[in-house]
Amino acid sequence: MEHVQSNEVELKENNKKKSKWNQMMKEKWLYLMLLPGLLFFIIFKYVPMWGIIIAFQDYSPFLGVLESNWVGFEHFQYFFSNPDFLRLLRNTFILALYDLIFFFPAPIILALLLNEIRISIYKRALQTFVYVPHFMSWVIIASISYVFLTTSGGVVNDILAKIIGTEINFLSSPEWFRPMIMGQIIWKETGWGTVIFLAALASVDQEQYEAAIVDGAGRFRRLWHVTLPAIRSTIVILLILRLGNFLDTGFQQIYLMSNSLNRSVADVFDTYVYFVGITEGAFSYSTAVGLFKSIVGIVLIVGADRLAKKLGQGGLF
Amino acid sequence: MHRMHNTGPGRVFDVFNHIFLAIVALITVVPFLYIIAGSFATESELATRSFFIIPYEFTTAAYDYIFSTNAVIRSLGVSVLITVLGTTVSMLLTLTMAYPLSRKTMVGRNLILNLVLFSMLFGGGMIPTYLLVKNLGLLDSIWALILPVAINPFNLIIVKTFFQELPKELEDASKMDGCTEFQTFWRVMLPLSKPVIATFTLFYAVFYWNDFFQALLYLTDTTKWPIQLLLQQLVMVANMGLGDLQEAQLHEPPEESIKLAVIVVATVPILLFYPFLQKHFAKGVMLGSVKG
Repeated sequence: MEHVQSNEVELKENNKKKSKWNQMMKEKWLYLMLLPGLLFFIIFKYVPMWGIIIAFQDYSPFLGVLESNWVGFEHFQYFFSNPDFLRLLRNTFILALYDLIFFFPAPIILALLLNEIRISIYKRALQTFVYVPHFMSWVIIASISYVFLTTSGGVVNDILAKIIGTEINFLSSPEWFRPMIMGQIIWKETGWGTVIFLAALASVDQEQYEAAIVDGAGRFRRLWHVTLPAIRSTIVILLILRLGNFLDTGFQQIYLMSNSLNRSVADVFDTYVYFVGITEGAFSYSTAVGLFKSIVGIVLIVGADRLAKKLGQGGLF
Repeated sequence: MHRMHNTGPGRVFDVFNHIFLAIVALITVVPFLYIIAGSFATESELATRSFFIIPYEFTTAAYDYIFSTNAVIRSLGVSVLITVLGTTVSMLLTLTMAYPLSRKTMVGRNLILNLVLFSMLFGGGMIPTYLLVKNLGLLDSIWALILPVAINPFNLIIVKTFFQELPKELEDASKMDGCTEFQTFWRVMLPLSKPVIATFTLFYAVFYWNDFFQALLYLTDTTKWPIQLLLQQLVMVANMGLGDLQEAQLHEPPEESIKLAVIVVATVPILLFYPFLQKHFAKGVMLGSVKG
């Protein structure tokens, strides 16, 4: 009896396998199409993940990954006891915090102001202007910043010299580094950042405004009770996403604006990995630093996702 | 919306708001106008006038100079090549991978989707990727600027979601007509996806044109530098002249107008396509905000 049953189960399993196989054969074109993309992910995303093991080795390019010596957590211990660690953590954290405080609200405010413009040609013209810098590379933005801020004949310093009589060395003084980075981000991305909010604002039912007017609500009460609630969930989602990517200070921007004079405040995890790893060739140590950042990053993203679910936004993924 | 009869503070706000936003718009474009004006001005005018958007004396000397050297023309050529080749490779890979992943019946679909999603959360990082590229022998090859970033997983997921939402009847009908999966994709799905294809082609093209990081990381051969890297060296690495790239050291820093002209040259393609970019990027933002 038992014997028969197990045979039956086997038969069922076999049928299942067969139908799966048939299904796969029927869709063999799909797999063929999928192959190049899948190879991309395996080679360029997953092989480097395997390459992370050099963080636990004294990797030598001549010996390769398999032959290099294992050193356990030595690089991590060195990193955490190194004064660089606290400096990087502080710099990254402060830039991220500044970004949240100064940049994050900017597109919301601009979108609300744009939304108050009733002359649609004027509104569209304004949008066309403020979106432009988003499409420019960081090299262009940094180059323009150099041209404007340099002390040797830059526009801003020429004007400062005429008005207050002194020049400010924005480009190479540590105290101006963070304001400069914030200024650039605000200038480059605020306009474009309004797109998503303006879309949310466009979907607000006009009848709600009319009803509010009938109730005697003034401009600012309408803003508070009708407009803001309409974009609240967009704000919350973007805020959570930003928290999830808290440590992602833009490499290109910071690399381009940093130099030997402002490095004490400019160095962040990404640029440090580049300088120590690529420029100085400390592959294992810099991989360990990068891994630390990735792990903190993944914790933040998972945390942000939990938060999103808790707030009823349905999670990020 | 009906014109509202504002009184008092509302009217004041409106006036203030219109003026304020005009100033914001000016602040975003005036730096570009100065760069363009300065690139057509003489060195003496750049040295004496702090700011202008119309030069007293119009000259194309800076452009004559940069187009007389090989460096700028070659870099522009490299950038165009990377942009065209990269965008083509990226679109092919993204579309051909997104379509099978949009088919819910495919065996192994979830596994591959999870593989993609995980790679968005965690990665090997800069150094292991660099070592991989090095071991593949791609250093100093323009493929190093394309292959490691060929598929943007976000774009892939959005395109997949788009395919998923096309009516299933179309697929069934084309299958009845005896089309293979690939023919269905090529003859039925792609023609229906033109707007999405346009959007993501522009996404990738702008990425490749503007990218500087990959070039910084993987290229040491100056003859293969794209325009962004050349510009960075010219403006930010103080004493580097265009001559450095060709022959011996030229110790005088490049003239101001030449820097400005190179900035303009690196920006022009973006400005030429700007009307399309504005339209399609906004569409991309909307597509992206709908979860897959």
